[in-house]
Amino acid sequence: MAGRTYPINPFPGISAAALVVVLILGTLLAVALRAEVGRGFGAADWAALRFTLTQSVLSTLFSVGLAIPVARALARRRFRGRRMLIALLGAPFILPVIVAILGLLQVFGRSGWVSDLLGLVGLPPIRIYGLHGVVLAHVFFNLPLATRLILQGWQEIPAERFRLAAQLGCEGWALFRLIEIPMLRRIVPGILAVVFAICLTSFAVALTLGGGPRATTLELAIYQSFTYDFDLGRAALLSTVQLGLTALAATAALKLSRGESFGTGLDRAVRRWDTGGVLWDRIWISMATVFLVLPLTSVVMSGLVGLADLPTQVFRAAFVSIALALVSTVVLLGLALPMAATIATGRFGMVELAGILGLAASPLVIGTGLFILIRPLANPTALALPVTALVNAVMALPFALRILVPAAREIATQQGRLALSLDMAGRVFFMRIMLPRLRPQIGFAAGLAAALSMGDLGVIALFADARIATLPLQIYRLMGAYQMEAAAAGALILLVLSMGLFWILDRGGKGHAEA
Amino acid sequence: MKHLLIAAGLLSATSAMAADTPELTVYSYDSFVSDWGPGPQVKAAFEAQCDCTLTIVGVEDGAALLSRVRLEGANSDADIVLGLDTNLITAAKDTGLFAAHTVSADYALPIAWEDDTFVPFDWGHFAFVQNADAEMPTSFRALADSDTTILIQDPRSSTPGLGLLMWVKAAYGDEAPAIWADLSDNIVTVTKGWSEAYGLFLEGEADMVLSYTTSPAYHLIAEEDASKSVAAFDEGHYMQVEVAGKLAATDQPELADQFLAFMVSNDFQSIIPTTNWMYPAVTPTAGLPDGFDTLHSPETSLLFSADDAAAIREEALSEWLGALTQ
Repeated sequence: MAGRTYPINPFPGISAAALVVVLILGTLLAVALRAEVGRGFGAADWAALRFTLTQSVLSTLFSVGLAIPVARALARRRFRGRRMLIALLGAPFILPVIVAILGLLQVFGRSGWVSDLLGLVGLPPIRIYGLHGVVLAHVFFNLPLATRLILQGWQEIPAERFRLAAQLGCEGWALFRLIEIPMLRRIVPGILAVVFAICLTSFAVALTLGGGPRATTLELAIYQSFTYDFDLGRAALLSTVQLGLTALAATAALKLSRGESFGTGLDRAVRRWDTGGVLWDRIWISMATVFLVLPLTSVVMSGLVGLADLPTQVFRAAFVSIALALVSTVVLLGLALPMAATIATGRFGMVELAGILGLAASPLVIGTGLFILIRPLANPTALALPVTALVNAVMALPFALRILVPAAREIATQQGRLALSLDMAGRVFFMRIMLPRLRPQIGFAAGLAAALSMGDLGVIALFADARIATLPLQIYRLMGAYQMEAAAAGALILLVLSMGLFWILDRGGKGHAEA
Repeated sequence: MKHLLIAAGLLSATSAMAADTPELTVYSYDSFVSDWGPGPQVKAAFEAQCDCTLTIVGVEDGAALLSRVRLEGANSDADIVLGLDTNLITAAKDTGLFAAHTVSADYALPIAWEDDTFVPFDWGHFAFVQNADAEMPTSFRALADSDTTILIQDPRSSTPGLGLLMWVKAAYGDEAPAIWADLSDNIVTVTKGWSEAYGLFLEGEADMVLSYTTSPAYHLIAEEDASKSVAAFDEGHYMQVEVAGKLAATDQPELADQFLAFMVSNDFQSIIPTTNWMYPAVTPTAGLPDGFDTLHSPETSLLFSADDAAAIREEALSEWLGALTQ
């Protein structure tokens, strides 16, 4: 055992990562091998690639750039409703795309609330459709998520650091430079990569808010290849480009995110003495709250109307979705925990890379690939729910790793040597030391995974038959049957259930932390 | 994964035990199988007369449906594919997966139907739906010249979107690119599918939305709301004819034929108007439901033959893209 610096057996983590890679690349390969036609990269594809990159980079910079001051303000302040606000940060991300779009447009659309207000003072309605609209929508989805992830980073700074800083009279910029910037340098690159990957695979949001075919993304081209052209070779090619871009971004992020750890603390609750800059903190928090709450309010208000006579199928679908979310969460933890532990040893960068790929893989490619692979063995429709649970878990993996890895790294650095000197074996260290200390992060990751799985239409649309339907699928079906009010009510139920699941799981992980 | 396979094995074992009653599998688009679509009633009505089990599997939309069948190829589980339209028929025939039918019926279509492979089950005219009290443009030209705002679907991801592309092409031919260029400032946005566009329209994001002449019937019949109407265009309206076909590799050929015959019978056709919100291919004996008589029925029906539609799709699409990305 000489030369081993951490009492962690890397193999479960490597196996989990290998499984993820096999799922993503295996399905891609299955699609590529099934290809018949295969058209190369045309001029329209280059245009799509350019637009995809432009909107992803802008959306990522705005989402994460704005999330930093918001997270800092939330880390520094304590106020009534803070917990509620932090829980709500998970909400935009879990809404079915179409519901979120309708919510956003109710606020920012041509006949939305903002335009109505402008109309009162004689100004023309705002024009939301265009690149700025795409970025706005992506910021709505991702700023809250990035805020939540960065806030977690703030909470992981040992309380002693702030105590010492306060004793030394270190405040404001000096404190930011000495304590907060190093933390940000370690965690922000990973978050940038995740948000970039999410924006890269955007399709319906980009098209609708983009105002027309100028806002064509690669994912739309993939969809078109699958459905209208049945050109699987092209779908595989485009999907490879998407995966390649994400892999590049993730590699760059991992390179950038090296940095010193803060060393050991006594796991005390963080208290802040640096109370300057109240005004700015308030401004940031208020702006973020308004931006987040207004569209959600619109979703709730539209939902209330149809709540009274909601068809029973919606409730049945809600049960399916909850069961699916729970299974998906268990699968996710089974993958993410060993992977996080392995990444924490700092020697297996590929494992971390594997974790981010899940986001860049087009659900259509994974779904179709799985369909091709499963079909010779079993009826894919019978496996719709397990397959969806697995794919949802892989899609949630990048988030879970962003949550788990920084903390797992701290634990490995701080407790690893002691454990090794006690000759503690990998399994015992993992079960007795790492898992209990990761409890808050596990709760958060599980909550996020469950909520994501609830809201995701995912691959179920490729597999489902009439008998099984998840809540998002049922919402789309209601819309397809002109029943927009009932669909809105279904969306409200989805929002409440997802937030409830998130809240319960996240709370369950909180022994001492404040978020 | 192993457990999943075992579970799947058990599932197929239980269905094998019930193999005394033959099973007919129909693939359709998702809104057909949904609880609010025709699916549940069709299943009940057919099972009442066939002594079989009818399984209707839903796949997103017409285009995805055809992709699924091509993906499964000759050993598809499906016996019948229901829900393709004329824009997809040629691609479907080219797969060689479909078999000829023997169905004949007294169709109520505005055009003559002669296709040896596909049987129509409903049809509709595309139209721009708007609030009844709003000003109504009477042609694409008038629309392009007006300030009226519209929501449309993307022809690369939606069947109505593709229908609109064909509509403009059928009405204007070589002038279609110019029409699109003139329309570009009327278009508020282009959505992935019908639901998005219709949802945005109901939220007031635009004056009109591309849908069907039958859309106002939904609001009138199901919601008792007469506020929606469609703009009648002088050029005529493009049609969507939805069809079904039998797969050549079906293991239930007789049952499949029986289903296709059932499909143009009164039992099936009377379900269509108020579940799929389209015109039935054969008028039900009791006539159309009240409310359908208030709908606009275009004097001129535009429709490319399946082969023409397939041949011009690529060109029309690049004209559309070119005009709207200027």
